[in-house]
Amino acid sequence: MKLLAKNDSLCIGCGECEEACSKTYFKEVNQEKSCIRIKDKTINVCTQCGECIDVCSVAAISRDKNGIVRINKKICVGCFMCVGFCPELAMKMHGDLLEPFKCVACGQCSKVCPTHAIYISEEA
Amino acid sequence: MELENNQTGQPFLKEYSYDLGVLDRGYTNRTLYINVGSYKIKEKPVTPLMKDKFIGGKGFGLYYLWQAVTESTKWNDPENEIIISSGPVGGITQYPGSGKSLVVTLSPLTNMPIDSNAGGYFGPFLKFAGFDAIELQGKADKDVIIFIDGNKGTISIEEAHGETSDTHILGGQLTEKYADNEEDRRNIAVISTGSGAEHTNIGLLNFTFYDVRRKGIRLKQAGRGGIGTVFRDKHIKAVVIKFAGVKGNLNHPVDQLTLNKTGIKLHKEIHDLDNAQNRMRKIGTANIIEVMDQYDLLPTHNYKFGAHKDTFKIASDVFISKVTQNSPDGCWHGCSMACAKAADHFELKTGPYKGQKVTIDGPEYENAAGLGSNCGIFDPDAILELNFYCDTYGIDTISYATLTAFVMECYENGILNQERTGGLELNFGNTEASLELLHQMSQGVGFGKIAGLGIRKMKAYLAKEFGADPQFLFDIGMEQKGLEFSEYLPKESLAQQGGYGLTNKGPQHDEAWLIFMDMVNNQIPTFEDKAEALHYYPMFRTWFGLNGLCKLPWNDIAPADNKLTDEPAKIPEHVQNYVDIFNAVTGKAIDKHELIRQSERVYNFQRIFNIRMGFGKRVHDKLPYRAMGPVTVEEYVSRQERYDKQLTELLDYDTTGKSTEEKIKVMRDYRESQYEKLTDAVYKRRGWTMDGVPTVEKLRELEMDLPELLEVVEKNM
Repeated sequence: MKLLAKNDSLCIGCGECEEACSKTYFKEVNQEKSCIRIKDKTINVCTQCGECIDVCSVAAISRDKNGIVRINKKICVGCFMCVGFCPELAMKMHGDLLEPFKCVACGQCSKVCPTHAIYISEEA
Repeated sequence: MELENNQTGQPFLKEYSYDLGVLDRGYTNRTLYINVGSYKIKEKPVTPLMKDKFIGGKGFGLYYLWQAVTESTKWNDPENEIIISSGPVGGITQYPGSGKSLVVTLSPLTNMPIDSNAGGYFGPFLKFAGFDAIELQGKADKDVIIFIDGNKGTISIEEAHGETSDTHILGGQLTEKYADNEEDRRNIAVISTGSGAEHTNIGLLNFTFYDVRRKGIRLKQAGRGGIGTVFRDKHIKAVVIKFAGVKGNLNHPVDQLTLNKTGIKLHKEIHDLDNAQNRMRKIGTANIIEVMDQYDLLPTHNYKFGAHKDTFKIASDVFISKVTQNSPDGCWHGCSMACAKAADHFELKTGPYKGQKVTIDGPEYENAAGLGSNCGIFDPDAILELNFYCDTYGIDTISYATLTAFVMECYENGILNQERTGGLELNFGNTEASLELLHQMSQGVGFGKIAGLGIRKMKAYLAKEFGADPQFLFDIGMEQKGLEFSEYLPKESLAQQGGYGLTNKGPQHDEAWLIFMDMVNNQIPTFEDKAEALHYYPMFRTWFGLNGLCKLPWNDIAPADNKLTDEPAKIPEHVQNYVDIFNAVTGKAIDKHELIRQSERVYNFQRIFNIRMGFGKRVHDKLPYRAMGPVTVEEYVSRQERYDKQLTELLDYDTTGKSTEEKIKVMRDYRESQYEKLTDAVYKRRGWTMDGVPTVEKLRELEMDLPELLEVVEKNM
């Protein structure tokens, strides 16, 4: 299963990953629109555990063939139950957006991380 | 010209097109009027007065009903209306419990306005389709289906052909028929009832939503007061609405971020705390069955007792094993409380659908307590089967349960017998007889036809036909204002007696549920304390019905630090949530005090509406004594220690050597006088005369001194 793995002890809190993420998905530098968040050198990001899949009443969340948990924005009704029920607090909401957003392990952030604190893991 | 409906192949009786309009700050500013007798369809503007004084939901329903009827209108007159409205907050997807439809009509049980609410998708879809409310008036000469396409902006009245009216079939058929494909079924919501509503006064309305996981329809009910009976009397078979494109901003709120944040805060609270608090996500309202039994509050054998040795057989854990777990069972998007549980693949053992495997919505606490313990039935599968048939036949489970318990007591007293019931042995605990009674109601045959009249009319029938003692029937027939009681035993809680009795629409627990505050926690010891609670809580809870909201997420979950607040019973943080989401949608700036005033306006309007219809005064607020104390020797003896102690401690009455009958009488005089004192205190707190009429001063204070209200009030001073 593919996911963005992390090693908190290597994090220096530089915020490069947050910038890369929000630029990739929202074309702006905005920590509040990053799927990965750094606070006190602790990395908060989706583990692809999939608990949100069963919480969604409209079945807008599913796991793709690579094991990534994805939101179908077309079906999503913006209830944000998945945000409140995420055990990792890694499902995000922003007031500009009608749907929640989350890490899909694209790896863009890991490319800019200077300490390799985050990396794409494809372990079973 | 009669046009052919391409989608269904059925002839149109009327076709109407409208502009989709704009939804702004929770309102479409337009309502829809349909007369099923003349096929007239028109749009009406929502006026500033409606928004300022009636808010929406049942406020709009009562406002329109007032205009539609006169003081002599009966429930089955064509001018009676069924009005369905959500409310300005209804349809938001972020905050749990925001999808309610409020339904108002003149009730066949009470002959005055009833309001009842249901989950399901209809109310929000109606608003997204362009209307804050729908009025259904007139009476069709043949069965009709009304179809609203909220994306195309079309409305049609179509002749209904062939379909059974039983909802588990009809709702499914219509969902399939009006959806373009399987994916589109989630965009269909159906209102219908069932065959039982055609033959009884206790018909309900089922509101469907399509469950994408179960791939089938689910049913939620506007249960109370016989609204389904009115619906079928108008020859409406169903109202179907279609709306594709639900998103979180369709109300065009002024502050989307506050809605999102407030919703997420409650989602998280439910995620973190529900399992340790009420387990609503696991078993819904049925979580309290054994708790009620433990506190002697579970109605048993027609409210004679509050507990039973066999309650463990219908305890919540039994039902947890019967309903499907880990499914997002909300009845509108965003309800993480998810109490709308369902038992799947249940094989029916009786009736016309015997052998079918069905999904049963429930059980709710009310069903388990009413269909179960109150009728002496402690078989969970029997409760589920009764629950299913009540729903699909369109029969209110609460009225059915309470009137069946009454029938059973009459049977055990000899007022009824096998000859009089047409062979039904209606002893407490006879599951087969209860099911047969229900099947008879669906066909309007046998004793089911009599029972389906409701307790009030049945009492008159039993006195007239069989010479039964009217006073005894009054004492044990658990109805008031014509409506059957819901399923709590209020004998030991004076405040809850007021919660049932001092109500606008009859003894339900939509207005106040004070048993724990009063009896268990002793938080409201004086008459003034109780009166304050009987002012605040009915007003606060009325507000849900103005806004398309559900009561449950208010206090069936509480923040972790709630106990540290100054008024834990009010759940202050959640009250503030409601203030916040109302303001976030509408752009207004209410606070928790104005919230109560919003309700007071509509509550007093409804009281005056009742008075206008010839009810709604002190005499109508009296209760059957079974709700207040032990009617029979059997009841007294069963709790003798408690009652003797009360007589000694409260009345300084020496019970030595006294017969049970003597003690019952003294107890009764005392308790009835307590209820009168409570009534005085509550009327005073609510700003009413001692006859229960809102005063002119009160109306002025609320800025509700509308000429039509003053006219009624002044006539009744």
